[in-house]
Amino acid sequence: MKVDTNLKDMLGAVSVPADWVGIREVYEAQSPRMIRDGAPVSNGRYSTHGIMVEVLVDGQFGYYGTPDISKSGVEHASRNAFEQAKAASKYSVHSFTHEARPKSVGTYRSPFVKDIGEVSAKELNVLLLEAYKHLKVSDKIVSASSLARTIETNFHYISSNGSDIVQEFLMLEFDLSATAVDGSNQQTRTFGGMRGTCRQTGMEFLDQMEIVSQANKIGEQAIELLTADETPTGDMDLVIASDQMMLQIHESIGHALEVDRILGDERNYAGWSFVKLEDFGSLQYGSEHMNITFDPTVSSEFASYGYDDGGLKADREYLIKDGILVRGLGGMESQIRSGVNGVANFRASSWNRAPIDRMANINLEPGDATFDDIISSVEKGVYVESNRSWSIDDYRNKFQFGCEYGKMIENGKLTKTIKNPNYRGISNPFWNSLKMVGNQDTLGIYGTPNCGKGEPNQIIRVGHASPVCLFNNVQVFGGA
Amino acid sequence: MENKFKSLSKKLFSELKKEEILTVSCTGENSQFIRLNNAKIRQTGLVDDADIQLKMIANNRTCTGSFTLSGDSVIDLSRGKSEIERMRLESKEILEDPYIVMPSGTGSSHEIITASGLNFVDAVDAIMPAVHGVDFVGILANGRMYRGNSNSLGQEHWFETESFCLDYSLVTKNHQMVKGTFAGTEWDQGKYENYLQTSKQKLKMMELKPVSVDTGEYRTWFEPAAVSDFLDMFSWNGISEASIQQGCSGFGKMRHDDVRLSPHFSISEDFSTGMVPKFNSNGEVAPSVVPIIKDGELVNTLVSSRTAAEYNRTTNYAETGEYLRSPQMKPGDLKQEDVLKALDTGLYLSNIHYLNWSDNPGGRITGLTRYACFWVNNGEIEGPINTMRFDDTFYKYFGDNLEYVGGDTEFIPNTSTYGNREIGGTICPGILANSFALTL
Repeated sequence: MKVDTNLKDMLGAVSVPADWVGIREVYEAQSPRMIRDGAPVSNGRYSTHGIMVEVLVDGQFGYYGTPDISKSGVEHASRNAFEQAKAASKYSVHSFTHEARPKSVGTYRSPFVKDIGEVSAKELNVLLLEAYKHLKVSDKIVSASSLARTIETNFHYISSNGSDIVQEFLMLEFDLSATAVDGSNQQTRTFGGMRGTCRQTGMEFLDQMEIVSQANKIGEQAIELLTADETPTGDMDLVIASDQMMLQIHESIGHALEVDRILGDERNYAGWSFVKLEDFGSLQYGSEHMNITFDPTVSSEFASYGYDDGGLKADREYLIKDGILVRGLGGMESQIRSGVNGVANFRASSWNRAPIDRMANINLEPGDATFDDIISSVEKGVYVESNRSWSIDDYRNKFQFGCEYGKMIENGKLTKTIKNPNYRGISNPFWNSLKMVGNQDTLGIYGTPNCGKGEPNQIIRVGHASPVCLFNNVQVFGGA
Repeated sequence: MENKFKSLSKKLFSELKKEEILTVSCTGENSQFIRLNNAKIRQTGLVDDADIQLKMIANNRTCTGSFTLSGDSVIDLSRGKSEIERMRLESKEILEDPYIVMPSGTGSSHEIITASGLNFVDAVDAIMPAVHGVDFVGILANGRMYRGNSNSLGQEHWFETESFCLDYSLVTKNHQMVKGTFAGTEWDQGKYENYLQTSKQKLKMMELKPVSVDTGEYRTWFEPAAVSDFLDMFSWNGISEASIQQGCSGFGKMRHDDVRLSPHFSISEDFSTGMVPKFNSNGEVAPSVVPIIKDGELVNTLVSSRTAAEYNRTTNYAETGEYLRSPQMKPGDLKQEDVLKALDTGLYLSNIHYLNWSDNPGGRITGLTRYACFWVNNGEIEGPINTMRFDDTFYKYFGDNLEYVGGDTEFIPNTSTYGNREIGGTICPGILANSFALTL
């Protein structure tokens, strides 16, 4: 469904004497289809549609999220948002002007070839059932599932200072999962770990994947893990595949660089950051091999867009260059409050939440090492794929990750498979132990649909692209 | 809201063809959110939201859908009819559902909790003066919440409540923090100011010289808020029957190997407090109390009707996701005033943070200390500790290593606002474990 409300008319319905007014309309429909153990467990279509009316009064923004998209609804919303802002203005954390909502006019449309309607519900059910059959390679697979979720999001933003932005997104999440059990040994293998396979794409994504062979591989690896050795304990070299690098970047770089966290907004919920405002421009965040970009321009990556929810045009920027921290993840409000250079990352989960600093696509730029170069440089270490467990402290220092699948690296070669690979570390020394970064051939593009943050809480989609990487001297350990 | 929901439901039921069954659910709220940082207002606003969820059973298929309730009856009926038509067409295309859960036509309920809550217009002036002079960060979530369920066989449920929740942290200049949650239905300005004053007193303890703690195993007292976080993990690859059947539960050892926790540990799903609706999204009404772990033994899992059909079990009308909706842990006999003496030397953890299964079959959970966490020496608080990572199995700290269970329970409200404000919370005591592993 297109959002075809005449927002200019709606803006005209605002009667309060606000210094600035914006209206953001969001329509989103998600259709998850899932087959588990041969039976359909989800065939649905869930939509949401509403507007957020935002006003600026005496330096304070106030908002009203409402599903009533009528002139009277907007008038009611603006009047109540005005009252909220007015009452709060004597206690404002910062007195803003409309500089925090820059004027932008433009459009963005995510790339796709085949629209949702070109693959029927029946065809999708059959495809997912076929995938399930190939996941269940053995009776020891006690549960297996296949999932495809399509997401259509349409966005229209208009403001009293002339912004008019239309953005349309078509996205797909895809997953395969097989759980093998032998006694108390339970092993799960998925397609990229924790719904990591998610893109801005049309239904052509399903044509491009070799789903049957991928399903077979996942089922067989789950079985393989049942008889694999436990991961050894000790400090050793660690080679991390792209589908785990995704979460390593997310937790120990992305969240740590959110300027609203550094300013303390999140201290009661998501937490603070070990990064301080004065660190920008000087902190040696990682080794010289480390180059991190905020890049909403990568075609098909999950969180590409043209403008953020405050109207700021989105461009590619280096956050960390040659290991040095150069820029923060702060939208206009955070840039004004902190004086730190930022990016267009002021984003809301939907019409019923106000924007805050979020990640979009946060990527580790490729280096020049081949996968073989990396493996052959390791005398003793482990190689890990696909996240299954994640945890990090409120300053984004002490992290611990668990992965689905591992291999020993011995004398420059991948050898036996190992189960329950875990590792832990502290963000800044960990990134400074980055020894090698894989080339473009090792790059994987992943993301997560479930990044949580904010008060009130918001779930948002982010993308992460990374090559395979080698880290020195990491604490590695197994299960039980 | 109730009238809108009932009227829409009735009209949608009239659209059905023979042998089509429709369940209509509603989740709604009129909420105020005031976000604070450094005792100032960062963001403020209101949200009206109501979501209609539909489940249609037709042609041996289950189809689901949802849309936003606009408040305009013509628009909402049009959205509902459009969804019914889409599900009707889809029921001819998708795979047959071998585990269809038919709704019941009986057992309706109606509960509306009214209160003298905090008026939206008055909220800023009610909360702000008392936070002056301290680094206060957090959020006020305030207003009415609605839950409804009806089906074309004649069943109707409605639950409506009003509440406020000021969830906050106080922070010292050295970045030590104290957590507070002032929540309820009736706003009492005096109680609020007293509650905040208690937090400010607690903050003074955070100004003691910090103590550096090494990795290792320690005697540990967990305050009820920390215990509540562990119990939350039971709802994620935990005591769900489907999780056990599908090989992704941490409770497999208790089911398959008869492993037991401490005889001092008991937890139930207990709806007798009335803080959450007893009905689930299928309209089914749960028993008032379902014992889950009794004296250390796993006596029940949470079983939804679908899981019951799939695995030939008996349903206890759990929600589809088989998570705890109203958990209550049985208190023990350790009095609060005796906690430090019983602990003697070790860790006093008020809160924990960012938990995840690090070895699900082994029951191992990793996470971090957060907020008011102290080192206790010879029964006296010595000072706050640095943030530490733990990684240990609940089979130990709720099992052989569980030395005492606190005599007093606390209500720990569910402060989650993902998508919508959650209702209810966990009632639990603190626990004393004679060993707990810090790893980083």
